[in-house]
Amino acid sequence: MRSRKKCSFISRNKERKGRRLTGGRLVYLTFLLPSLGGVCFFVLLPFGDVVRRSFVTAMTGEFNGLENYKTVLVNQAFLLAVGNTLRFVAVCIPLLLAGGLLLALAMNKIPVLAYAKSGFLLPQAIPAATIVLVWKLIFEKQGFLNGMLHTGIDFMDGRAAFWVLVGTYLWKNLGYTMVLWMAALKTVPEDVLEAARVDGAGSVTCFVRVTLPCLKGAAYTIGLLSLLNAMKVFREVYLIGGAYPAKEIYLLQHVFNNWYTRLDFDKMAAGAVLAAAVLGTGAFLMERRLWAEE
Amino acid sequence: MEIRMGNRGKRAAAVCGRMLITAGVLFLVFLFLLPVLLLISGSLADTMEWRDRLAPLLTDGEGFISWRWIPDYPTGEHFKQLLFYSPGFLKLFWNSVGMVTVILLGELAVGVPAAWAFAAFPFRGRRVLFFLYVVLLLLPFQVTQLSQYLALRELHLLNTRLAVILPAVFSTYPVFLIYRSFAGIPRELLEAARIDGAGEWRIFAQIGLPLAKGGILAAFVLSFLENWNRMEEPLAFLEDKSLWPLSLYLPEISLNQAGTAACASLITLTVSLFVFGLFRDSLEQGIIAGAVKG
Repeated sequence: MRSRKKCSFISRNKERKGRRLTGGRLVYLTFLLPSLGGVCFFVLLPFGDVVRRSFVTAMTGEFNGLENYKTVLVNQAFLLAVGNTLRFVAVCIPLLLAGGLLLALAMNKIPVLAYAKSGFLLPQAIPAATIVLVWKLIFEKQGFLNGMLHTGIDFMDGRAAFWVLVGTYLWKNLGYTMVLWMAALKTVPEDVLEAARVDGAGSVTCFVRVTLPCLKGAAYTIGLLSLLNAMKVFREVYLIGGAYPAKEIYLLQHVFNNWYTRLDFDKMAAGAVLAAAVLGTGAFLMERRLWAEE
Repeated sequence: MEIRMGNRGKRAAAVCGRMLITAGVLFLVFLFLLPVLLLISGSLADTMEWRDRLAPLLTDGEGFISWRWIPDYPTGEHFKQLLFYSPGFLKLFWNSVGMVTVILLGELAVGVPAAWAFAAFPFRGRRVLFFLYVVLLLLPFQVTQLSQYLALRELHLLNTRLAVILPAVFSTYPVFLIYRSFAGIPRELLEAARIDGAGEWRIFAQIGLPLAKGGILAAFVLSFLENWNRMEEPLAFLEDKSLWPLSLYLPEISLNQAGTAACASLITLTVSLFVFGLFRDSLEQGIIAGAVKG
């Protein structure tokens, strides 16, 4: 038995059916155009201008070839930020996915825990500025945590800051991820699990051989949303550390933000094109894999 | 006899395991809720007590910040101060309310039909366009900041409320979330309605909207949280502080007024929590409908 896998960004099987039946051919435009028009106007067209700007000098507007890109790619701050951002994503997303899944399994196994679900979802609703206030009280050199441990570590600086950031991200997103996993777990066919058990598979074997493969489709969606939320963590870092935080948590967004305040529009344009290209390629590869699976 | 003993041992181990997991999860929830508890107790402590507690931090002295769960002299002075004697705070509060309301109404008018277009019409280029929407939602604000700035400058919208509202209305995030609920509606239903001669907008209003209610509501709760806590856009595009939303009030308060800050945090948070609590169930179901079934 094969569970139905619907994991692409958009499902394919709707493509052919019903093409003849939809009223006029262009009715869909009345639904789509307001949104598409706005997106074109506020994002696509101006982004086209940004692409143009990435090839010219900021001051005079002369054609500059790939000079801006070269400047960006050897920029120490940019490279540091790329490294940090990649490291952050590489650490956070696996941790979040695994943690959320474990929690979801626990929740499914022990029904009483359902009452705790809201507690996990709550951090999602807490504003960034609030988090910053509380984090200061907890993680300052003279904060509660140091008071409790009788140490004098500045958790907002150095390597510790990176882990505080990871913790913040997990704290914010674990509940959401858990709910998604719980829903995905419900789609695992019970009869297959039962059959495996009858054949003598232990609970670990069942999990690895039956449950995990069934969750693959959901994992892509959950991963995508986790990535999206990882990009939003900048808000907290910025409020805690300002424009130039500890170098371990100097993220890509800091670079962009500092370029923006210094009106370095040429570098910013080149950087934006690069970032969009990388994220777009990543999303494209993921989409391709999803299609291949379907 | 031996077998029964073995069973009993196993069962005892299982019960122990469950209790351990339950305890672990409950401890985790407690940790997750700690910041909110800190805020509540902090908002009730009077200014003197705060000064006392924060003394090590404020005077750069030795020792750690101290904490008592229940303030020595619980007081509502900060709440009174903020709600009745701080016109600035109230102004920002209503700014936020107004801005978020307009954004949500805009998303309802623009994003929901767009999601329907992707879900119900197999038009040419649908896949490419949807992929584009996904990439746009992945781009962090800092990457599109320059293009947004250019568009807003061209339209002379900088430093007006519309500078924050319009780009938010055309965000592709709600389209992505709502699409998945629409896509879950059986195709046959729409075709039957079409054969019966129902117009496309009627199908949308009478079949699409009611069936995807949960998912739409969930998308709007998430969108509310996102917009209520929005900081980067207003900070970048609104110079006039009287236009600022509430989320920017907090970072302006120093630790000297920690009590007021805790209070302002709590008020900001309460609005989120209210919405969150009101729609908790639909949020959960909507997340599920959106991410897994789609």
